[in-house]
Amino acid sequence: MSKSKNQSPAMIFNTTPETPLKKKYCRFKKNGIKYIDYKDANFLLKFVNEQGKILPRRITGTSLKYQRKVSNAVKRARHLAILPFVTDGLK
Amino acid sequence: MAAKKPNKEKVVLNDYESVIIFTPVLSDEQLKDAVAKYRNMITENGGELVHEENWGLTKLAYAIEKKTTGFYHIYEYKAPADFVAKFELAFRRDERIMRFLTTSLDRHAVHYNTRKRNGEFNQNKKEKQQEGK
Repeated sequence: MSKSKNQSPAMIFNTTPETPLKKKYCRFKKNGIKYIDYKDANFLLKFVNEQGKILPRRITGTSLKYQRKVSNAVKRARHLAILPFVTDGLK
Repeated sequence: MAAKKPNKEKVVLNDYESVIIFTPVLSDEQLKDAVAKYRNMITENGGELVHEENWGLTKLAYAIEKKTTGFYHIYEYKAPADFVAKFELAFRRDERIMRFLTTSLDRHAVHYNTRKRNGEFNQNKKEKQQEGK
């Protein structure tokens, strides 16, 4: 216990990286994008993982309003065989 | 108090977009016929065609009806609300069509589509490509 007196608990367990993380932001709000095109496969690829699953908001930083639009667009693209439903090694 | 709506019989046109995937076994001529058929259907039913786009033979992300490619065709049009049901019924009856999707467009989508048509997107990319050449 005496050792940890000078160190913060985070230092001991090494949970925080040395450089602070960049704050996440919603790219749609920042760039003023109001409509997400479900026909643009390359753009939608940014919001799915390698298996073709939709990435959660906590990773991409998208706001709820636009996450709903993203998920709708991805689902439309899947219906039209622009994006796959399931796959491996999409990226 | 309630004011009567003027032009009660005037038909309201909404914005829609239909993406159709035609089966790849069609010849060029057959494809043209099919595309023209639905184009005429829009105009004959009181709609107006705003834009049309053909992607040609495109690879599908997964097989549909055991086929890995398809002809994508996109109609952007204005039409009365009851037209979409008729239009989709025709799609379902047509064996040349493997898959379709109709979406109603809000004002942002219309704005996006007009900008896309005028080539306002990816200008930086194009400039870079031209510089590269």
